Amino acid sequence: MTAEHDLRAVGLSLAYDGREVVTGLDLALPPGAVTVIVGPNGCGKSTLLRGLARLLRPVGGTVLLDGTPLHTLASRDVARTVGILPQSPTAPEGITVADLVGRGRHPHQGWFRQWDAADDGVVAAALEATGTVELAGRRVDELSGGQRQRVWIAMALAQDPDILLLDEPTTFLDVTHQLEVLDLLADLNRERGTTVAMVLHDLNLAARYADHLVVMRDGEITALGHPSDVLTAELVADAFALRARVVADPVTGSPMVVPIGRSASRPPTRLPG
Amino acid sequence: MTTTAPPAPAREVLRTVRHARRRRTVLVCTVLVAAVLALAWLSLVWGGRTGDTLDYLAGLLGTGEGGGEFTIGRLRLPRVALAVLVGAALGIAGGIFQSVLGNPLASPDILGVSGGASLAAAFAILGLGLTGAAVGVAAFLGATVVAAAIYLLAWRDGVTGFRFVLIGVAAAFVVNGGIGYLLTRAEVSDVRAALVWMVGSIGTPRWGDVAVLAVALLVLAPFVVGVSWQLRALGLGDEAAAGLGVRVERTRLLALALAVALTAGATAFAGPVAFVAFVSAPIARRLLPTGGTVLGPAALVGAVVVLAAELVATHLVPSLEVPVGIVTGAVGAAYLLWLLATTDRREATS
Repeated sequence: MTAEHDLRAVGLSLAYDGREVVTGLDLALPPGAVTVIVGPNGCGKSTLLRGLARLLRPVGGTVLLDGTPLHTLASRDVARTVGILPQSPTAPEGITVADLVGRGRHPHQGWFRQWDAADDGVVAAALEATGTVELAGRRVDELSGGQRQRVWIAMALAQDPDILLLDEPTTFLDVTHQLEVLDLLADLNRERGTTVAMVLHDLNLAARYADHLVVMRDGEITALGHPSDVLTAELVADAFALRARVVADPVTGSPMVVPIGRSASRPPTRLPG
Repeated sequence: MTTTAPPAPAREVLRTVRHARRRRTVLVCTVLVAAVLALAWLSLVWGGRTGDTLDYLAGLLGTGEGGGEFTIGRLRLPRVALAVLVGAALGIAGGIFQSVLGNPLASPDILGVSGGASLAAAFAILGLGLTGAAVGVAAFLGATVVAAAIYLLAWRDGVTGFRFVLIGVAAAFVVNGGIGYLLTRAEVSDVRAALVWMVGSIGTPRWGDVAVLAVALLVLAPFVVGVSWQLRALGLGDEAAAGLGVRVERTRLLALALAVALTAGATAFAGPVAFVAFVSAPIARRLLPTGGTVLGPAALVGAVVVLAAELVATHLVPSLEVPVGIVTGAVGAAYLLWLLATTDRREATS
């Protein structure tokens, strides 16, 4: 399966309250691939993602969807192609998983034509893909963090987007659930051909799951490409101001960052008893 | 993108969940409609002869002699009809405010929108010596102007619920100050008229009043349906809603404008009946805890609240008719205390 839609930023500048956070940035999301954006806090990676999702209006440059500026397209049309899972969406009190996932159909519905069998099929497929079928009747506010995140991803899938953007989908999750969510996204990318772009904090998980790694610093891209080509000790030192060794991940062979830090020469004290 | 073959068991589960929700919605709405009808019937017959009402209704249907034209047809039926319309309008308006602003305290009667109506009405009565429909028009304008002012003051690259609520509360204090000023400067006899208006009462409306409000509500109804649908997406947060293709600021403005029109319309005819907008949607949400926008059920709850309060106000103390706003005010104040007492605890445990 191939994804035919193309989302790219051209000379994109984004600002909050007049303060530029992203400056003149060019980036194309390779269709059908998983792009991961990393960078230190405040480097503008979430801002960039929000700009790509048209949650922010550019102060300069533009975001193009298949060659057309995003801001000239109708919101609903964009929403049928580009889905965004923000960092902290809110689930209305008491809503069931089935209803929440169903709201992903919003851009495909109208005021009076609100639900049909096709919607049912898409929502059912989204529940299956995320392994949340057995949760369908539960209330979202009773779920664990990992379950909840899978449900939100199911909602984004019900939107049936070709391009799925996620802002730190693994925050607040323990390591098991982080891997679970990332595996789920990798599966979706492989099986449905969905173009995935996400912001991640963990460099090693980013290196493991990205086809295309984007490293940002101070609102600009400092490096991009395949993780094996991009992620070097020099780059980590440059972008994160962190001394680190980069070795091969013993499980996947992808690059793995081992930070050195100040107390590296001093192994943890073994406590008596 | 095409989806894979729809998995049968998942569809089955979805259908079950949806049917359960629908059953509950239908049940709750049926009970609420029954309550509206029962209260309406009680309002018609209480303290009169049931025969009159039956005769009158039979007359309307053309199957009987008719009768009771004055008590039922002129006095009680328009009153009941207006109570239902006012309750429904305020219930919907409160529901919209609370969902758009994401705050259970955010309702037009707490945020100074109804206060704006009162201030304008007080000015019309005390300052300009107006009466009747002109006061209603002034009230409508007052509510609209204050709401627009709150919106503009809260605007800062868009409107957040928090800012809107804070500025709305401040606006309520300002208009109350204005009302106080007008009352202290006026003649005592005029003050009484203004106070009666500001407490909120259904009074004895003419059919013409009822018709105007009914037509206004009918015209606004399709917008309520549309806004209700957009609010479902907005309930997921601004960013998620924008991601779903909702134009957040425009939707919020449209929804608030609609709610203000409903509030101003109801207030023009019945005065600012306290707390109806504030309590109706939360009650509806409690009856239907499914995360929906519950504007329809909120309208029914609003009608029930106003009808019930009107009954109490009319019959609680024999030979003394209390304005309906006093009763809803007492009920609403109790609810507000309960809300404040329970909210913290619930947030602490979740």
